[in-house]
Amino acid sequence: MERVPVLKIGDILLVSIQIDMEDQVALQLQEDLADRIVATGCHGVIIDISALDIVDSFVGRTLATIAAVSRVLDAETVVVGMRPAVAITLVELGLSLPGIRTALNVELGMELLALERDFDLPDDDDEADEAGATVVAAP
Amino acid sequence: MALSTDEVGRFAGLLERGGDTLTAAWTEAVATSLRGRLSHAELHRQLAELQKGFQAALAEGSDLDGDAGAELRAQLNELSSTRARQGFTATETAVSVFALKDAVLAILDQGEGADSTALRDYVAFSGFVDRAGLFTFDSYVRAREELISDQAEQLLELSTPVVKLWEGVVAVPLVGTLDSARAQVVMERLLQTLVDTGSPYAIIDITGVPAVDTQVAQHILKTVVAARLMGADCIISGIRPQIAQTIVALGIEFGDIATKSSLADALRHVLRLTDAKAARRGARRGV
Repeated sequence: MERVPVLKIGDILLVSIQIDMEDQVALQLQEDLADRIVATGCHGVIIDISALDIVDSFVGRTLATIAAVSRVLDAETVVVGMRPAVAITLVELGLSLPGIRTALNVELGMELLALERDFDLPDDDDEADEAGATVVAAP
Repeated sequence: MALSTDEVGRFAGLLERGGDTLTAAWTEAVATSLRGRLSHAELHRQLAELQKGFQAALAEGSDLDGDAGAELRAQLNELSSTRARQGFTATETAVSVFALKDAVLAILDQGEGADSTALRDYVAFSGFVDRAGLFTFDSYVRAREELISDQAEQLLELSTPVVKLWEGVVAVPLVGTLDSARAQVVMERLLQTLVDTGSPYAIIDITGVPAVDTQVAQHILKTVVAARLMGADCIISGIRPQIAQTIVALGIEFGDIATKSSLADALRHVLRLTDAKAARRGARRGV
């Protein structure tokens, strides 16, 4: 079975979904991500779905679950890069993905996370110490 | 009414013999009905060609729908679509074909004498021309309908611009009635622009929308929710007093969507939000 890679960039875990989201893949991603958040102690998760043509109700619900699980593990989740066609379909289906934060692209997603949690963007070296000091270790 | 081979042959011959005299008579008849909106020379050229078409079609058989009539049909099609685009009426277009009967009758009167064969021939021929005329009419209507659908499409394109208002802020000034088709186009275009420009804020200005009913509100709400799903925030502006009253009377809930009375207010609101963001970031960095 194919797996979606989870990349660690600074204090953020980046997940870029490039394959078809089958139910198994989505469930696997949910587990992998929870493990990685605990292992790395990251406080932000960005899920890039710009390559996805279809987001069905199951994937939508999985995304919501991932967001909820991450929040319990003290990490904020942002879904970025949703295509217009996908957004329109979700609205027509009446799925508004409550509880999921969204941003237009990865860059804006990182900005949003930085603002929300006073994180530093990964390329900001000058504040790294302060961020390290204020962040409480993940459970 | 189908023409017998005999009749067909005689008529093809008649059209050929008639030649220029026939064309001239035909042109004259059509020119009167068009009242000089098409030049005489132009008309003469068109009709001479059409006459050749009739002649060829009749020489091969009397069937307008079959292979023999294909050339003639193409000509009639061409004629009616040009007329439709030039703004002639359906009658004026059909008369161009029907006038051939008058012209032929004139020739018949001069030459062959009015015996019973000639009369029967004429009636049969008349039937053929009638069918050609009806075909012209159909083509004319089809050309008109194409014209209308083209224009409707152009209107759709024209009426939904998405403009960049500020760095990271786009606006959609909606003008005219918002039906499902237009709402769909607006939604698609707005969302695409958000992706292309990476703008996190969009302002939907409904100053130009004459009336807001539940359906229009539904369309606007859908657009806002879709934009939110993509990570952009929408502000609705340009709500006139009357429209505000209607919205309340209809019980339409905009929920936590920001609504402003003017585009300027909406822009100010967005700039304040972005300022606040920048300030927070600056404060954090500045420590």
